[in-house]
Amino acid sequence: MYDVNKIREDFPILKIKVNGKKLVYFDNAATTQKPIQVINKIKYYYENYNSNIHRGIYKIAETATEKYIESKTKFAKFINAGSIEEIVYMRNTTEAINFVALAFGNEVIKEGDHILISEAEHHSNLLPWLWLAKRKKAHLDYIKLNKEKTGLDIESFKAHLEKEPKITAVFHASNVLGSINDIKYITQLAHKKNSTVLIDGAQSIPNIKIDVKDIGCDFFAASAHKMMGPAGIGILFAKKSVLDNIKPLFGGGEMVKQVNKYSCTLNDLPWRFESGTQNIEGAIGLAGAIDYINKIGINNIRKHEQNLLKYAFDKLNDINNLEVFGGNDEKNKVGIISFAINKVHPHDIAYLFDKEGIAIRAGHHCAMPVVSELSKEHSISRMSFYLYNTIEEVDAAVDAINKIKNKFNIR
Amino acid sequence: MSYDIYAEKIILNYEHPHNKGILKGANTHFKEYNQVCGDEIEVYIIINNKKIKDVKFIGRGCAISMASASMITDFIKGKSIKEIEQYNGDIIKNILGIDPGPVRMKCATLSLRAIKEAIERYKIKK
Repeated sequence: MYDVNKIREDFPILKIKVNGKKLVYFDNAATTQKPIQVINKIKYYYENYNSNIHRGIYKIAETATEKYIESKTKFAKFINAGSIEEIVYMRNTTEAINFVALAFGNEVIKEGDHILISEAEHHSNLLPWLWLAKRKKAHLDYIKLNKEKTGLDIESFKAHLEKEPKITAVFHASNVLGSINDIKYITQLAHKKNSTVLIDGAQSIPNIKIDVKDIGCDFFAASAHKMMGPAGIGILFAKKSVLDNIKPLFGGGEMVKQVNKYSCTLNDLPWRFESGTQNIEGAIGLAGAIDYINKIGINNIRKHEQNLLKYAFDKLNDINNLEVFGGNDEKNKVGIISFAINKVHPHDIAYLFDKEGIAIRAGHHCAMPVVSELSKEHSISRMSFYLYNTIEEVDAAVDAINKIKNKFNIR
Repeated sequence: MSYDIYAEKIILNYEHPHNKGILKGANTHFKEYNQVCGDEIEVYIIINNKKIKDVKFIGRGCAISMASASMITDFIKGKSIKEIEQYNGDIIKNILGIDPGPVRMKCATLSLRAIKEAIERYKIKK
């Protein structure tokens, strides 16, 4: 039995008040709140075995190293990777994608080649490829949105595949539309054309069971802070066969076995990509977040989100002069609702939501191409749910929308 | 001064802005952006005898930035450019009759920043 009130007790921040009202946190697509279990893991590390990993010959350094590796083992299992050799820790999803564009893209993309992304990508899965294309005089192609603007147009994807893109990079779940791509199907088709596939998993890692073996993708990028872990640690999954042929971008400590004046021997996977002192507390916090998700069950989290979506869509459908973007089929969405109130600017909406204690996001959501496509204001409002949100909080958002409409004399 | 930044006067000016459009015969203009929220305002001004003869604006943005543009453009007509150069956030508060607070002040002053820059460009050209 999913007990949302019991879950909420694990999150100290949910007890605070904003503008005299109980905080309603609806900006989970930006970052998620942290349960006490994660906070305590990091605190325990600082208080009991804070030390640098890998080469310390003393007890607490050994513990720190063990915990760091354990974090990777947990993450590898979490997404069903082959082993920790396929798991490289980075700062965030953005850095992981940039790394692939620089370390892998620079090697494989030649003048005249094609790179395929979509119109609905976050800037972090757009700019690295745009710059790569410019550097190499290659072509950057965009999979179009479907007619209903609820997701990608699969025919457009197939048409672009005929140009045999060397790299295909798409989102798993859109941070604006909320819609979920069939990444297994996309990967299969792309692989038939020998395209290397990267999946931006920033919005799916918190709530969708990921199985990279089943998906078959070559790269999968994600951030810990979107799944109740700390900020500053992200994950790049890369197939061992692919990662083995990539040269490290950064030289430094730990990434080499031996160094002499004019040459070096690289360390094994994945360590050769992790030079310098790593985000150890981040890795420990991430392990705590994985434990927490596993305790609740990721499929239960997904189901809870879908219940909230369904409830919200039913309520929002009854409101005049309100537009919901990305369709209202909760089965094909993560907990993201982007919306607009006719004639009210999103920044006014976010400001007035805040007055009710409700945190939402307004703007271009770092996805300007798709937001410009959806809104002539080039800006939309977004509320996004997670495991601790409630039906009552959705009601509070609906009340806020009605209050705003009254203020702006909209019926 | 109203604590509700969406006072009736603000909503009215947002819904029915004054001086909206492109001004024919403008001898200076400038486009200013608010990078935080993507608001943008372009002002067109006719300066005659070191005074604002006429002013119009185009742009898009939140209620605060648009209402502010509507009310400030009304306010500066006939004023000397020397006087306008002295304007700051305080005069905006007085014109709007609200205190937008530190974050929304950027929205409220967007049009004033554009106006000041347009005047600056006019002076350089001269």
